[in-house]
Amino acid sequence: MKTETLNRKYEPLSLLFAALGGVVLLFIIAPLISMFINCSLPELAETAKDQEVRSSIWLTLWTSMTATALFAIAAIPFSHLLARKDFPLKGLISGIIDVPIVIPHPVAGIALLCVVSRGTFLGQAADKMGFSFVGSSLGIMLAMAFVSIPFLVNSARDGFAAVPVRLEKAALNLGASPLRVFFTISVPLASRSIVSGLILMWARGMSEFGAVLIIAYHPMIMPVLIHERLGAFGLKYARPVAVLFVSICLIFFIILRLLVRGKDAAHR
Amino acid sequence: MLLTVRKISKAFSGFEIKDVSFDVQQAWYFVLLGASGVGKSVLLEIIAGLTSPDAGQIFLNGKDITNEKIQKRKIGLVFQNNTLFPHMTVYDNIAYPLRTGYAKSQISKRVAQLAEDFGVLDLLKRKPQTLSGGESQRVSLARTVASEPDCLLLDEPICSLDATSRPQIRALLRRINANGQTIIHVTHDYTEAVSLGNHIAVMERGIIAQTGKVEDIFQHPKSEFIARFIGIRNFFKGHLEQSHHQSGLKHFRTGSLDFSVLTDRPAGDGFVCIRSEDVTIRDLDSMANPTSARNNFEGTIVDIVRAGPGFEVIVVINTDKSKLINKANSTPLEVAALISNESVKTLNLHCRKKVIVSFKASAVKYIEE
Repeated sequence: MKTETLNRKYEPLSLLFAALGGVVLLFIIAPLISMFINCSLPELAETAKDQEVRSSIWLTLWTSMTATALFAIAAIPFSHLLARKDFPLKGLISGIIDVPIVIPHPVAGIALLCVVSRGTFLGQAADKMGFSFVGSSLGIMLAMAFVSIPFLVNSARDGFAAVPVRLEKAALNLGASPLRVFFTISVPLASRSIVSGLILMWARGMSEFGAVLIIAYHPMIMPVLIHERLGAFGLKYARPVAVLFVSICLIFFIILRLLVRGKDAAHR
Repeated sequence: MLLTVRKISKAFSGFEIKDVSFDVQQAWYFVLLGASGVGKSVLLEIIAGLTSPDAGQIFLNGKDITNEKIQKRKIGLVFQNNTLFPHMTVYDNIAYPLRTGYAKSQISKRVAQLAEDFGVLDLLKRKPQTLSGGESQRVSLARTVASEPDCLLLDEPICSLDATSRPQIRALLRRINANGQTIIHVTHDYTEAVSLGNHIAVMERGIIAQTGKVEDIFQHPKSEFIARFIGIRNFFKGHLEQSHHQSGLKHFRTGSLDFSVLTDRPAGDGFVCIRSEDVTIRDLDSMANPTSARNNFEGTIVDIVRAGPGFEVIVVINTDKSKLINKANSTPLEVAALISNESVKTLNLHCRKKVIVSFKASAVKYIEE
């Protein structure tokens, strides 16, 4: 990043902006740090042994990852379409993609419930096949995907748009089929944005509370469990669970980021 | 006929190409010559299927391919800008068109062969970002040739290269063509056209102004535009002789004449160009006066035409008094000189007047065939 022009002098305005930036940073970091330092190691160890907490962490991780992986199969090709083709109502469709970001998450849960609850066509069809969306890991995945899919689509679309069209055309000109061009040229060249979108979608899905709460209180994912512990036992009992969850999220997030960076370095 | 382009039109904001037609036969080296922005690159994109024309048809081996998919056309396009895949090694780039339909061992054999032919054997493990312009161009050519196109399209393949890699790429292109590969080459540089092409089409503001063999176009430009664009009125085909001098002074034989040429190129067949601005005309009785111009010929003025601010004076060189070779099949040789109004008056130039035409050996530009 090039910041040398800003760093050249300690102008009063820069100092003011830096001070304001410090306030923002402090606002983000202070609550997290306070949460961590108010939580003792024995408390944390105790919580880590808690069977309910363990299965909840496991549930949260696998549902968020599976939801991301499953919806990526449809979202990534769709993003390529959005980046490359012009079609009627494209603006409207791009707007629809962003809707989950702007509607309140409990509303998202209720909207989902309207199509998958037992009274609906989908709900009945699922019932006949012996499973249910409501109150199941399937419902959790739907809720997670609903609120987080815009992050993947937007990021992947920007990535595909940045791939030079002439490279795709050159590959076609060499006799490759459009499908082969997609997998060997477009996806690898947009991989950085796609992976970044996958990480965002996964992280956003994993931290979802409002929509999941409505469609599947049980089995309990971590945000729901933390909420329940807070309501039933108070801050002292909710805090170690929260610290554990945040730590695991951060560890995964950092590992994935490092992996992506390593891959990028290998590309160069 | 290998490739036939029939009445292709395409309108863009700013320019259009209109009713462009030409034929290219198997193993031709066909050069499309034109200034920048006349639609040459668009024409190539239309032939390759990257852009669809507003009207017209394209036939390859007699089959209408106007609406054929890009990947089914068997027309290889080497783009003006580098289009090597940045996430693949040079090897994988060249192997890309071979990946479907060949076994792994066959692919590595073919890539090795192509890499040797195109002089990129030691670059196979490198990434495209680390290559020089000339190296990238050679890899791009190898990759496109690997796809075994019926017709190879080149969009300004030389102009972006540094001076040292130009002759190498030229030699490479000649070699590809000599192996029977049909090539259509787009350029704005007449020396490229002369040096490489055996057939030329000159494009002028979206239309084909003239097509023909190299000599036809340069010796008999159909329109003033073509003459002006190619900038060369004096254009002769012939043979550069081996020189025994240490200096760069060599002899170039064309028909019955013998020019002194200053060049460092080796002996062989080629062309010489002399700009009409570089040709001077003197009175016959000044023949005895010493001059630094090595080329002095006696001739007769056959035409004087207004050309821009001055006059173009056409002189037929009297072959009988020149250094004669091949007297039998010699055609009269015309030299054009661009002369100011004042000089035409002072020298009292008029048709049928006998004069001396002179030009320096350094004003003669030699282009290898």
